[in-house]
Amino acid sequence: MSEGRIVTEETEEEVPAANGREDAPGPTPAPKSPPRWWLLLGRDRVAAAGAVVLTVVLLVALFGRLLIGDRAQRQDLDASLRAPSLSDGFYGLLGTDVLGRSVLARLIDAAGTTLSVAVPAVLCSLVIGSAIGLWAGYHGGRRESVAMRVADVILSFPSLLIAVVVLYVFSPSALNIVLILAVARIPVYLRTSRAEAAELRSRLFVDAARTFGTPSRQIIHRHILPIALPTLLTVATLDFCFVMLTESSLSFLGIGIQPPDVSWGLMVAQGRQYLQTAWWITVLPGLAIVLTTVSATVLAAWARIATDPAQRWRLTLPRKRRGASAAVPPEMIP
Amino acid sequence: MVTFLRKRILSSAVPLVFVVLGVFFLARMTGDPVDLYLPLSATAEQRAEFSAAQGFDLSVPAQLWNYLADAARLDFGTSLRTGQSATEMVLDAFPVTLQLAGVTMLLAITGAVLIGSLAAYRPNSLVDRIAGLLSMTAASIPDFWFAVMGVLVFGVSLAWLPTSGTLGGPEVWVLPVATLLIRPFGVLVQVVRGSMVSALSAPYVKVARAKGATPQRVIFGHALRNAVTPVLTVAGDLTVGLVNGAVIVETIFGWPGIGKLMIDSILQRDFAVLQAAVLMTAVTIFALNILVDVCHALTDPRVRQAVPA
Repeated sequence: MSEGRIVTEETEEEVPAANGREDAPGPTPAPKSPPRWWLLLGRDRVAAAGAVVLTVVLLVALFGRLLIGDRAQRQDLDASLRAPSLSDGFYGLLGTDVLGRSVLARLIDAAGTTLSVAVPAVLCSLVIGSAIGLWAGYHGGRRESVAMRVADVILSFPSLLIAVVVLYVFSPSALNIVLILAVARIPVYLRTSRAEAAELRSRLFVDAARTFGTPSRQIIHRHILPIALPTLLTVATLDFCFVMLTESSLSFLGIGIQPPDVSWGLMVAQGRQYLQTAWWITVLPGLAIVLTTVSATVLAAWARIATDPAQRWRLTLPRKRRGASAAVPPEMIP
Repeated sequence: MVTFLRKRILSSAVPLVFVVLGVFFLARMTGDPVDLYLPLSATAEQRAEFSAAQGFDLSVPAQLWNYLADAARLDFGTSLRTGQSATEMVLDAFPVTLQLAGVTMLLAITGAVLIGSLAAYRPNSLVDRIAGLLSMTAASIPDFWFAVMGVLVFGVSLAWLPTSGTLGGPEVWVLPVATLLIRPFGVLVQVVRGSMVSALSAPYVKVARAKGATPQRVIFGHALRNAVTPVLTVAGDLTVGLVNGAVIVETIFGWPGIGKLMIDSILQRDFAVLQAAVLMTAVTIFALNILVDVCHALTDPRVRQAVPA
């Protein structure tokens, strides 16, 4: 998840519109420089902290394995179940598990696994769901109702139940988990983008494009997608939490990521037997999950306001004086 | 009202049909369904015997017909683990989960309405910000980790509550219900707050305030009635999602409910029981969706009149 992209893209595309409106009367003066997204982010300390945490997790997931090598799998039975301490060097910082493997190294390794499931799953459902949703919403009619019925069918099922059945029939592997999670989350994007497209298709600029004979695929791509994109990316940020939690639950239950691979959920499951003697094996991976998901939720809540031109001004005020923001649309709740 | 109900039942039945067919075709997609039903250690004779007994040597349409006929009679075969009828096992497990889910949703809705309304009454006050942060965290905590932490703190360290099992007084309910509760509660607080904020800024609330109504009367008498529709929708979705939580909670706390039954039958490759449990859950969700629609119609006269898509 690149939280940076959400905001950069939207600032660049909203700015001309905002300036055009402000500067319309009178001879156009030098355009006021747009509020930079990182300045807006800096004003909201909670959202900024969330962005920092997510960036760190992303960097660890990308480069952590290169740095730790095979430390996550290296066993040392003499050092079994050591408590976190400062005296055992870098790999002993967070203690060891029952086989003497460094918990810190395993956490880093697991970050890679967890994100390598969550990110592709979110991207797949984002691309497929939005494409179908925009198409259905723009054309309306029968195409729309068929797409929405399919979304209803998928959504009316608990995702864990789908995953459980499919992983019973097919073997639990990272690829299968990605596919299931992607399919299970497609309806979320489908509904959001359909609603956006259905609203946008009757706007004047779309009518104008249609009058000039622009093919519908191009209208969707050039005129509708750029406006719907910020909302979709916000939903994707929130959905990332959901996907991560589901993967962790599946791994915890033993039908997700399989050993010797390791994910945060699997680490919690493996540490459960030693709960009374070695709390750190269970507590730390759980904390890692909570920290990542809370950060993504906070950032998504911020991005929802920041990507809405009618609400963005609130972010320039201190938190106390912002007033009530609009109600969260149901699709945006994780 | 009758037309409304008929339309909703028809449109809710579509997912149900998909699941019934889905389970059938999924079982055939891997090739030989005997692989699914029997454990990996089954001998060749056992497999041949089972295949003939279950009619897996028939043509696919004939198999589908047998499957549908059996499903209609609630006959899903016998469990490989216990030799009991799969339907019986599912029916035994079902009330446990239903009780657990019922208590949880009742508490979640009551708590969320109270706290959400309180937070919405003064947006951006201290109460609002604390409620916002708490609900956001509650909605993002992995439930399995919350359960394990609960066991660690209250079961092991403080020894106040039992770590698992269903035998005993009301204290056995505390940890399972708390675990199931956090996510629906966190989400519902946000929804209640959102829709109450818009309801409280409506003109009729201003009128009520101007006429000197007490805050309680304004919130519960005027605003809440109009804010309840989105809350109902989300609460319905969350109840469906409670199945996810039930699988986790029942596994951790050893409750003999439908979630534990499903995981056990997966880990021990008992397809007949899994199939029965999945279809039973599907029927319950179907009933639940209709119930939510009826509640909608009861609370909002506009829904009753509008023709649903």
